[in-house]
Amino acid sequence: MTSPNTPSARRPASDYPPGSMAFPHRHLLGIAGLQPWEIEFLLDEAEQWVDLNRQASKHDDRLAGLTLINAFFENSTRTLLSFEIAGKRLGADVVNMHAAQSSVKKGETLIDTAVTLNSMRADAIVIRHGSSGAVQLIADKVGCPVLNAGDGTHEHPTQALLDALTIRRRKGQIAGLRVAICGDILHSRVARSNMICLSTLGAEVRVAGPPALMPPAVESMGGTPCRSFAEALDGADVVMMLRLQNERMQGQFIPSPREFRHLYGLTDAKLALAKPDALVMHPGPMNRGIEIDSHIADNAERSAITDQVEMGVAMRMACLDVLTRRRRGVEGWA
Amino acid sequence: MSKTPLAPLSIVNGRLVLPGETEPVAGGIRVLGDRIAEIGSITPGADDRIHDAKGALIAPGLVDLGVFAIDLPAFHFGGISRAALMPDQNPPLDHPARVRFAAYSGKPDFWVHPLAAATRDLSGSEMAEIALMQEAGARAVATGRRWITDTGVMHRLMQYCAMLDLPLIVHSQDHGLSGSAVATAGEMATRLGLPQAPAEAECIAIARDLALVRMTSARVHFRQVTTRAGLALIRAAKAEGLPVTAGITPAHLFLSDVALGGFRTFARLSPPLRSEDDREAALEAVRDGTLDVISSGHDPRGPEDKRLPFADAAPGMAGAETLLPLSLGLVRDGLISMQRLFDLIAANPAKLLGVQAGALRNGYEADIVLVDPDRPWQVDSARMAASAGNTPFDKLPVQGRCLALFKGGRLVDQRSA
Repeated sequence: MTSPNTPSARRPASDYPPGSMAFPHRHLLGIAGLQPWEIEFLLDEAEQWVDLNRQASKHDDRLAGLTLINAFFENSTRTLLSFEIAGKRLGADVVNMHAAQSSVKKGETLIDTAVTLNSMRADAIVIRHGSSGAVQLIADKVGCPVLNAGDGTHEHPTQALLDALTIRRRKGQIAGLRVAICGDILHSRVARSNMICLSTLGAEVRVAGPPALMPPAVESMGGTPCRSFAEALDGADVVMMLRLQNERMQGQFIPSPREFRHLYGLTDAKLALAKPDALVMHPGPMNRGIEIDSHIADNAERSAITDQVEMGVAMRMACLDVLTRRRRGVEGWA
Repeated sequence: MSKTPLAPLSIVNGRLVLPGETEPVAGGIRVLGDRIAEIGSITPGADDRIHDAKGALIAPGLVDLGVFAIDLPAFHFGGISRAALMPDQNPPLDHPARVRFAAYSGKPDFWVHPLAAATRDLSGSEMAEIALMQEAGARAVATGRRWITDTGVMHRLMQYCAMLDLPLIVHSQDHGLSGSAVATAGEMATRLGLPQAPAEAECIAIARDLALVRMTSARVHFRQVTTRAGLALIRAAKAEGLPVTAGITPAHLFLSDVALGGFRTFARLSPPLRSEDDREAALEAVRDGTLDVISSGHDPRGPEDKRLPFADAAPGMAGAETLLPLSLGLVRDGLISMQRLFDLIAANPAKLLGVQAGALRNGYEADIVLVDPDRPWQVDSARMAASAGNTPFDKLPVQGRCLALFKGGRLVDQRSA
């Protein structure tokens, strides 16, 4: 089966508090602090955009006239593209700012950049930055909604939401599932956001990685640390592999990529420990042959990696729609 | 500096904080020239300048061991009359001329005791000209903000300081473990995604340096000991009779790493804030005498250093104004006596620097502060006397205010009642 996923059980609108009470936040800075029903509300909102994105004409005008700025202080291909497409499909004017070509290189401070973007009257700003907390710093200084597209090793909330949407559509529901998150947990904002998101939605989240790449106190984010890859994989419904983030490592954390694969690479033998229908996920970009073998990543039966990318656009459309409702004067949100 | 001789000064009607007296004693103090001449029930002379303390505490001016900037308005606000200046200046205090210049920079209203850089450029590799800097006025040597990684260098440094009978003030963070970390390993750092190092980086560093003290008999002061394990080592070393002392700042006594929430860069300190358990151990160490010194660690930092993502921000806090009121909380909570408090913030640091100050004793320098220990006020980062408002205690209601400060018998600061 290729794109087998189906709209999951959407809750009726009457299940949610009215208007903006369903999602009473100005920004989306992280999953931490969100209530389970707020996460579910965003997932439900995204379903309509999955449908739209599968039609020949993929357009909606609700963000017409609004300016969306994607300010990326750290390189990105898929997340930037995903936000750009999401904004354009909703009719917004989308501008991308790459830090590499901007005055940031000339020594302008982050705050000055934020104030500049704000003065240009952006209606929403999407930010990726290499330092934890940088997005919150900007959010405190601007008058429009800010969406965190990844800050350092802190959070990457839209990734966790799109992962939750992907799992929900493939597995029907999230509560009760056993999810294994494996690899470089220490440097992963995706792991942090996903641990919080999936445990909040009722999944059992197991975490495994080499000791030097496992941060302390993952329990506080809803993760259960495992002593081995095998223990984490045992009976898992979902196996989420993380990229080995060599660029964030200061010092040697593992002897070699080859040795990392030996212990923590997802091979057929390892995957056999999970449930027979276990879903394989990866936030990308993948180090093929290191944390995941190519034929597993490319197996449409098992791998949801392309679904994740598809859900990403829909999820980001939902986030942009919901967060700009107050500005747009949507009834109940203004 | 004014050369005109001052008329004798009599401060009357106060409560004296005296060495050996647990509770303040009613009375006054008389100053001839720049020295304390009479304490207790005094007889003012006919020409005396009379200062009515109106029941306030008469205490020794604070001696702040280890500040990073000379910031007179903040020091005067906080009742501080002397400070030992860390060598981490630009350029560093690693040359006799710079030490001599720094020693004069606060006079006459304030005395700066420059701490000589232990190594050239504070790089931790080559010893600086310590004896020449001692000649130029340095009363102690400091390793600066960083730990000296090379144990061989540290060994020779301690031998040298022992020869010169200079105390060595050290920073204790094992560099291999702490690296570029900005937070203590634990739930807070993990949730915030901040580079983190185990708290054990401190006790490992202390253990090495204690072994070197046993070999060299150097007098070593551990500037900030902030963990339960580190304090236990100091406690044992003192019981063993090693010539070591240890200090801390109010931040590590009153805050834990929970204060990092929301990526508040004013709480980015070095060493980083610790767990609640370590904080409780630090309070216990103040109580049982393991800690000898409480200092402000005064390091004013403007927005260009602090309004940044947490890990990119510079460490440090503006602490001079809050040192006294926060420490007075320890007395109010019944942890220590008023006299022990002034040992921690005045007498012990003065003793360590070898200066006749920091206590109300006949013949000592007349550095005197009048304090209303109960007056309430609120810390406000936007309205600080310091050159920058980077306090982790912003908006905290505190009690205790310096009313007047005398340096060598001269009134240098007075606040309206």
